[in-house]
Formats: sequence, C-alpha cells, structure tokens
Amino acid sequence: MASILTYTFRNLPNTSKLALGFSVRPLSCSSQLRAAPVAQTKSKKTLAKANIRNVVVVDGVRIPFLLSGTSYKDLMPHDLARAALSGLLHRTNVPKDVVDYIIFGTVIQEVKTSNVAREAALGAGFSDKTPAHTVTMACISSNQAMTTGFGLIASGQSDVIVAGGVELMSDIPIRHSRKMRKMLLDLNKAKTLGQRLALISKFRLNFLSPELPAVAEFSTNETMGHSADRLAAAFSVSRLEQDEYALRSHSLAKKAQDEGLLSDVVPFKVPGKDTVTKDNGIRPSSLDQMAKLKPAFVKPYGTVTAANSSFLTDGASAMLIMAEEKALALGYKPKAYLRDFVYVSQDPKDQLLLGPSYATPKVLEKAGLTMNDIDAFEFHEAFSGQILANFKAMDSDWFAQNYMGRKTKVGLPPLEKFNTWGGSLSLGHPFGATGCRLVMAAANRLRKEGGQYGLVAACAAGGQGHAMIVEAYPK
Amino acid sequence: MVASRAIGSLSRFTASRTFRCTGYICRNFTGSSALRTRTHVNYRVKGDVAVVRINSPNSKVNTLNKELQSEFVEVMNEIWASDQIRSAVLISSKPGCFIAGADINMLGACKTADEVRQLSQEGQRMFEKLEKSTKPIVAAINGSCFGGGLEVGLPAAFDMMLTGRNIRADRAKKMGLVDQLVDPLGPGLKPPEERTIEYLEEVAVTFAKGLADKKISPKRDKGLVETFYLTELTSYAMNIPFVRQQVYKKVEEKVQKQTKGLYPAPLKIIDVVKTGIEQGKDAGYLSESQKFGELAMTRESKALMGLYHGQVTCKKNKFGTPQKEVKHLAVLGAGLMGAGIAQVSVDKGLKTILKDATLTGLGRGQQQVLKGLNDKVKKKALTSFERDFIFSNLTGQLDYQGFEKADMVIEAVFEDLSLKHRVLKEVEAVIPAHCIFASNTSALPINEIAAVSKRPEKVIGMHYFSPVDKMQLLEIITTEKTSKDTTASAVAVGLKQGKVIIVVKDGPGFYTTRCLAPMMSEVIRILQEGVDPKKLDSLTTGFGFPVGAATLVDEVGVDVAKHVAEDLGKAFGERFGGGSLELLKQMVSKGFLGRKSGKGFYIYQEGVKNKSLNSDMDSILESLKVPPKPDVSSDEDVQYRLVTRFVNEAALCLQEGILATPTEGDIGAVFGLGFPPCLGGPFRFVDLYGAQKVVDRLRKYEAAYGKQFTPCQLLIDHANSSTKKFYQ
Repeated sequence: MASILTYTFRNLPNTSKLALGFSVRPLSCSSQLRAAPVAQTKSKKTLAKANIRNVVVVDGVRIPFLLSGTSYKDLMPHDLARAALSGLLHRTNVPKDVVDYIIFGTVIQEVKTSNVAREAALGAGFSDKTPAHTVTMACISSNQAMTTGFGLIASGQSDVIVAGGVELMSDIPIRHSRKMRKMLLDLNKAKTLGQRLALISKFRLNFLSPELPAVAEFSTNETMGHSADRLAAAFSVSRLEQDEYALRSHSLAKKAQDEGLLSDVVPFKVPGKDTVTKDNGIRPSSLDQMAKLKPAFVKPYGTVTAANSSFLTDGASAMLIMAEEKALALGYKPKAYLRDFVYVSQDPKDQLLLGPSYATPKVLEKAGLTMNDIDAFEFHEAFSGQILANFKAMDSDWFAQNYMGRKTKVGLPPLEKFNTWGGSLSLGHPFGATGCRLVMAAANRLRKEGGQYGLVAACAAGGQGHAMIVEAYPK
Repeated sequence: MVASRAIGSLSRFTASRTFRCTGYICRNFTGSSALRTRTHVNYRVKGDVAVVRINSPNSKVNTLNKELQSEFVEVMNEIWASDQIRSAVLISSKPGCFIAGADINMLGACKTADEVRQLSQEGQRMFEKLEKSTKPIVAAINGSCFGGGLEVGLPAAFDMMLTGRNIRADRAKKMGLVDQLVDPLGPGLKPPEERTIEYLEEVAVTFAKGLADKKISPKRDKGLVETFYLTELTSYAMNIPFVRQQVYKKVEEKVQKQTKGLYPAPLKIIDVVKTGIEQGKDAGYLSESQKFGELAMTRESKALMGLYHGQVTCKKNKFGTPQKEVKHLAVLGAGLMGAGIAQVSVDKGLKTILKDATLTGLGRGQQQVLKGLNDKVKKKALTSFERDFIFSNLTGQLDYQGFEKADMVIEAVFEDLSLKHRVLKEVEAVIPAHCIFASNTSALPINEIAAVSKRPEKVIGMHYFSPVDKMQLLEIITTEKTSKDTTASAVAVGLKQGKVIIVVKDGPGFYTTRCLAPMMSEVIRILQEGVDPKKLDSLTTGFGFPVGAATLVDEVGVDVAKHVAEDLGKAFGERFGGGSLELLKQMVSKGFLGRKSGKGFYIYQEGVKNKSLNSDMDSILESLKVPPKPDVSSDEDVQYRLVTRFVNEAALCLQEGILATPTEGDIGAVFGLGFPPCLGGPFRFVDLYGAQKVVDRLRKYEAAYGKQFTPCQLLIDHANSSTKKFYQ
C-alpha cells in the first residue's frame, strides 16, 4: 500500500481520495526513500535465467467485462475475441505480419467456431498466414494460452505471440438429447423412405428434452458453488467474512474504475448497440443489503450467495508477448517479464478451489522468492469463500503439514498488496479471458505502484491451479 | 431379514433431523446436578441450545444399552427442567455412527421375556417423552442410524416397521425421514471427519434456535405416513373398519409369502400395529413391548443373534497382520468366478490383473466387472466417475506381464487338476518369492494342487461362492504345509474384499462342498422316488433354504454337481451314496447342464420369470425310478432327510478337525450354502432342536436306507449328554 501512495504522490494531486478505501497507515516515508530499498530487500534482483530467452509482455487489452445477457448477448464468442484483438492491434500498432502465432483460451465452446482463435484472428484482420489454435483449461485457459506462447518463445520456435481468451456466457450450446441426436444422425444415413419411417416411428416425446451444460464438475457432479460452500465451511469461513470480502472487491474495483486505473480496457462498439466502455458488474452494496440474500447453492443454511460469488460474464482479452530482443528491435518498451510459472492439481471434490494455496509456494520456490518479495498479488476471485479459504489454508501449519507436504505454512499475502484494483468478484469472470486480465493487472499495478514482482494465481475446475511470477520491466 | 445385516453395514451419511413438536407439556421430576459427568451421554449449553453428545466409551458405535438409556433420560430431564434452555440438539461424537440400534448383547443377556419387555417399555417411555417434548429437538445424524437409533432421530409420532434395508441420505430426505442434509466436508483446518461433525452441530444449533424462535417452522409437506399410505382418500378409507380388515389381510398375506412363516417377527409387528390402531396407542405400546419380549426368547431370535456374533467373529483376522500387505493382485481365468473375484478386489482399491487365455474370454470377464459396477451406478451407490476410477484398477491381459510385481495370484481356471498344475508352474516361473498362490476351487484338494509347487508354504485355497459380488462367504483352505503368514495374508485380502471368512483344513470337498454333497445325493434319491422338482423346491424353501434344492442343482451346474459327486463319492464311499449318479450323467450327456445351458430340471429363457419344468427329464427320471419308502416319505421326512444328512456331515467335519469351530461351520453353511438362517446353522440347529432328536431321526432313516444316515460319533456324544452343547 505504501507503494500505491508513492505513486500517488508523484502523479495524482488528490491523495485523500485514494486513501479512502484502505486502512489508513502513517505516510512516513517519502517517495524517494521508498524506491531504493524496495529493490535491495528482494531475494533476487531479477529472475532472468542464463540460456533462456526473456519473454516480455508488450501490452495487453480487454474489452469491458459485462454481465452475461447484457450488451454482448446477441454476439458470438469470436466477435468478442475479434474486438479484443482489434483493440490490441490498435493499442500496440504491431505490424500484423510479425505475429508468428495466435493462441486463445476458452471454456464453453461454440461448436461452430471450435477453433475460436483462428476465426477471430481472421476477422480481426490478422494475416491469414498466421496460424492460431485454441486451448482449454477451465478458468485458467488464457493462462494456458500465455504459457503455451511462453514455451514457443523461450524454446526459440517463435518470437511474437498473441495470447488471449474469450467467453460468452450469454449463449451456451444447449443440445438435443442423446436419443434425439442419435435418431437425427441415423435419419441422415437412412436411404429409403421405409428406413426413415421406421426410425421416425421410434420417436418419443422425451427425446425433445434438451441437454443443458452446467457449471458442475464432470467427475463429481457437484456444482462449483456447492463445492465453494463446503470449502468455506471446512475452513470455518463465516457468511459475514465472505460478504465483507466481496464488498471490498467491489469497492476497490469501483475506485480503480473511477480513477481510470483499469487501463487495459478498450472500448467496443457493439453492432447495433452503443459503444461499451466500462465493466458493468461493479456494484458496491452494503453489508446489510448483502446479508438479506439467501444462499445460492447449499440451501437453506449455506454461506455462498449471489453477492459473494463471481457472476456469469461475457468478455475477451488479448496480450502481445514477445522475446525481449524482438520487442526491443521493434522499438517497444515492454511492460513486464513473464517469469516462472507452475500448474498444480488436486482432489476435484474436496479441494476443487484450493489451487492458489498449492501453486503459490511452488512458484515462489521455483523462482527463489519469498512472499515478502511480492509487491502485487493478483488472485482470481471465484468466490469470496474460496479466496478466504485459500487464505486460511495458506495461514495454517496443520494444513501445510497434512496436505501440502510442507513443514510450515505458506503465509498470508498482505491484504494491502492483494487485488487492490478489484477482482473477478467485481470486475467479472469470463472463464476463458480472466488469466490475461490478472497478468495485465499485475503488470499495470507494478508500473503504477513501483514494485518489482507480481504473483498471479488462480483456481480452475477439475481441481487444478496455476501461478506465475510477473516481473516489472525496468523503466 | 437377518438381524445382523442391519448392524454390520454402515451407510455413510450425514443428516439433520427436526422433531415435530406437539403441544403437550412434559414435566420432569428430578433436579439433578448439571455438573455430573456421565460416561455415555453429556451435554453443553450453547446460548439457549443444549447440545447433547452421545459417545459410548471404548466402542466404535453407540448402541442403545441400559446405561446409555438411563443417562439419556437424565440429561433430557435436566434440559426440560432448565429455564435457560429453549431447544436441544442430539449428536454423536463418533464419526460415521449416530446410534446403531439396540445393544444385541443386552438383549442376549436377558433370560426371560419379561426382562426384555421391561427394557422395551423403558425405551418406549423415553421415545414417548421425546415425542411430547415442548422444546424443539434436532437430531444431527452423521453416519449409520438403525433401529432404535432411528427412533431417536424420528418423528416419534410414528413408529416404524423396519426391514433390514439401508437407506441412503438423499433418499431419506425424499422419504421425509430427515429434514435437511449436510454434505460431508473436505479437509480444512482440522481432519475432515472432525470438522464435518462440528459443522453438522453448528447447522443443527442454528436450526434448533430457529425452531425455538419460531423463525423456522418444522413444516413437512409430506410426512412418512403420508408418503407411504395416506392421500386424503386412503386416509378416509382407513377409517372404515372393513377396509382396514382388508388391508391387514393383504399385508399379512404378503408377509406370510415372503417369510413362509419361518420368521415370527413381521407378523407380530403387524399384530402390534393392528392393536395400536384398533385399541389405541397405550394398548399398542403395551402389546409392542410384550411381543418384543416374546420374540427375543424365540429360537429364531437366538439363531439370528448367534449368526450376528458369528459374523462378527468371522470378520476378524485371527492369524495376525501379514508381513507384507497385498497391493497387487492377479487373477487367472476371466470366467464367472475370476471376473467376480476381480470385481470385489478392484472396488476396494486393489490393483488387479485379470488374465485369461483368449481375448474373447477376457473380454467377457471385463464386461462382467463393468456390468457389476454399472449396476451400482444405476442404484446410485457409485457415481459414473467413481466407476471409471475403480475400473482403472483392473488390467486385462493375455500374458504374464506385471506378474513380477504381484503379491498374490488367485487362479480361477477350469476345475481340472492337470490344468491347475500347468498354471501353477507357469505362474511360479514369473512371480516374486513372496507372492502367494491361491487356488479358487470348490473341490480339488489343495495339497494335490500344491504337489507340483516349489514353495508349498505359499500355496493356499480360496474358495469363493458364485456370484462372487453377492455371496458373502469365503472359505480359505490351508494344507499342512501352508505357512501361517500365507493364511494371514489370504484372510486379510478376503476381509478387504468384504468377505465373511472361515478357515478350514484341506480335505476332499473341504467343508462347504463336503456338506452339500450328501444332501445333493439325497436330492437325487428323492427325485428318483418320484417327487416332482417343483414340489421338492417348495419343501426345501419351506424349510428355510433361500433356493430350492432342484433349482440349486441347476444353478450350480449339473456337470459341476456330477464332477463333485464322482470325486467325493470316491473319497468317502457309501456315506455319499443314496442317489444314483446315473441321473446326473444322463443329464450331462443330453446337455441339460442347468441354467447355463438353458435346460436342467427347469427350462430357462431370457426374460421369462416363471420357469417351467423340463419335460424331457421325465424319461430320464422314469428310467431311474425307485419306489418310495412310505414310512420315511412324508413331506416332513423328506425335509429332514436332506437336513440331517447335511448336519451329520458338518458334525463329522468338526469331529475330524476340518473345521476349527462350530461358529465357522454355522457361518459357512448359512452364508455359503444358504442353510436356513432361522435355524442359525447346522450346529446351532443341533443345540436348539436337540442332539437326541437329530440322532433319532438319523437312526430312523438309517434303518430304511443304510449307512449314509449313520450318525457320527460327535452327534452321538452330544445326544448322550444333555450338557454337551456346541454353544455354551
């Protein structure tokens, strides 16, 4: 938080406004004094490794994240992805022909555009000579897009990659039932009228009942919200704590939005509608109002409600990542380095959303850093209860010893460095697109607040998780 | 039906239940001190909610015994007396068990019906008080909740008739047995089981508070009664005496049909309910306690309690912990038995190789395992994901790859000694030194199989019963060379597979097959004497056997029966005579192998439930017909000819040391061969029926037929001394 204020002294005349949402701390150190020791107290000066190419983020953008069923509802996923790609082109002015490869993450696939990366790239005016593929890994799909690109660059296969993610929850594929599908497919193959009639005679009314996709684990059949509620109960996270955390997220997001800190957002002229310029899910409420809501999953005594969960969101994000020397040769001033990253996975039933607890210590150890080295934490907020359960898990020696194979606890990320510009609870969570938002938030925060290392972490369906270190590019 | 079943199994569920509060005021009389610590039941007050914790010391489960009952009453009286307390929560401190029902030992210790009646009345009083509580009571149930335990957690306004079924938590909610479900929690800041109970308590306390504050109403759209019987119309109809009489009659008929009158309890329960409805609640309760007392003293009750204790004994490994736990299992032969053994192994987490000689055979076996698991998915006992995960423990193959890691190999190849020898040699060439070789055979002596082994101390018999996933018994056969550790290991694997285990000495037919063979010989004799297979079936089921004798031959397979009869006939001579082997031989030659070939004594058709007699058998039976002997051919005599031969052979097994204990003999007969459970097994039967009477019967039949009925020395000894009992 001190570093936020450092920035404020330098750039913003009105400091009192910013300090509002945070607990007030004595502003004893001046900006000059702060800047030097930050670098010195780090465990490592940089995470650059010999023999491995440095991978940098030139810049990244996203279209505003909207509640599903609002302005984007008549579009298709590749339209959103296209808008994000166009925004990236506009923001970075990257010559289209230098882009070697495009990778997008998505979760619920539109069957017509199953390789949404390619459809969006073509429509966004990228060269038709630039190949594109789509990856999926639940809520960390665009993280997977980035790290796939990272691998291509670090191994010298590519120099310039566009990575992104998209999700359109306003329209999801609702299928015919299996029986109906089978009949329709068989009808296709039927050659004679007799065969067709024989097939049609087998039709039953229940064939018409549709198959809906659910945000539920395939392996356990449990919805994520239900699992989050059980997780919160397992870690004794109260309803009040969850509501307070959700309120914090919304308040911080609102502030960040009002102060123009969410600079990764690019406006999107929606066909047939007005231009969208802002995320529309940010709605700071009051604890009293939130307390009135009934539990959404574990009824009637659960603690997870609509107000302390992330909402169904439409949105897309895109990032330009390059080998450092390529970026410099093209005349770019990169925003950040992408450094060590890990993927973890655990029991999809009882530890579905604990990915960050497992991934954080692992990535820190891999990078040779400690919690104290991190200046900006950006964790994906699926549910308040999930974030707070992860906090409790990271703060527990018992959990560390019994489930993580560690001698001592991981330690708690300091709240003043944690998701200070809002998070998925308030900004929204288009499954496939959140990863890039997290990395850009970490990079932008480090630039504005003057820190060096950021840590991005997220949980994902399937009991998986991810963490990555983002290092600020020297100014 | 078997009382023991209700207690042996543990359905994992967590549930919270709210009592319906009636407006009756109940006062307590004693003001005892809250400071007293009790051993079974204690409580703490949280705000204005009393949390009553049930925790029987030194036991895995809480059972309703005298101490628990009296302490519970004390505690409840204090709660009702206290002005601070407005509601209560009942919870067990034991993960996975609320109350497992009445204490069987307590009932077993009662000498007279009167004692039991008193116990029952005390229980009734307790339940009645709970039912009439002015303060809301929430029962928070985590795990098994049976019999009386269920009554503690039930809307006491309705007393249940229970069959020995397990009800899963979500089903219980649907039936209206419980009001709320709490899902078990995963790891948090404490072990999951501990935190789950804590959480259950927190939720229950919130509910109790809400009920006391009238913020939550204990409304229930449909109570149990409604779900089962009562719509508006039927409720009206039940008020008409004539309709009621018809309902009683129907229910009685149904019970009579299901129990064949061999189990007295269900009929008495109906009686009690009738009394309750016709003459009012008090009369009903009085009749209930009296009948309960009478029932506890019946032979059937003693037999079933004996089986319960026997089963508990046979679920322990008296050979100690094996040096090396079996983690990798290999099963040879993917036939009915092999696949069945594989199925019960993989679903307990054992990595299992299923090897067969042909791809078709292997595929059939794999499909059998998959089908078994799929059936569980259909019954919602497994999720489809769990099924896939379990199935991944199974490796199907045609070669011996991976056998170098096997800790145990169970062969279930065709019953042919030279084949078994070949397999044993092949396996011994590839397995590690510590690996155990177990043979699943129903009759081939293990020492003959072990004769070609390089390490006979590692060879043992494991006789499973078909269908393996349904039959609970495993008969383990040790030779003189089998090491104790090998036995311990085999028992450990069997227990892991969920089996009830008897360990017997090697010999022709071991114990189970040997007892069955003389009875089967008598079955043939009876058929030769002109008794129709259908009639024979009804006589045997009427005696309490779950499957009729003729049907049993069809199920086992006529070829198998012939094989066994020949082998054992050679080994034991005329004691196994009586029926003519020719009957089985002719059936085999005509291809009447029983169910598997579609024809045996009966004709089997896919999808046809009522099987009809195989008329082609008539000529065979006709050609082998012998005249019946009128003085020993009454229905009762036919039944006793079968049973006494069985019992005599069982006693001989004990006399010769094949069996170590009568308990194992009873468990083996009931769980493996379907000996009538209401008789408690051959040894319990001799004790309860009287050894003298058994010997008298045998002598009578011996006079008519000859040596196959000669009573063994052990039975004669028991008959001669009134103090000699198999169970003291």
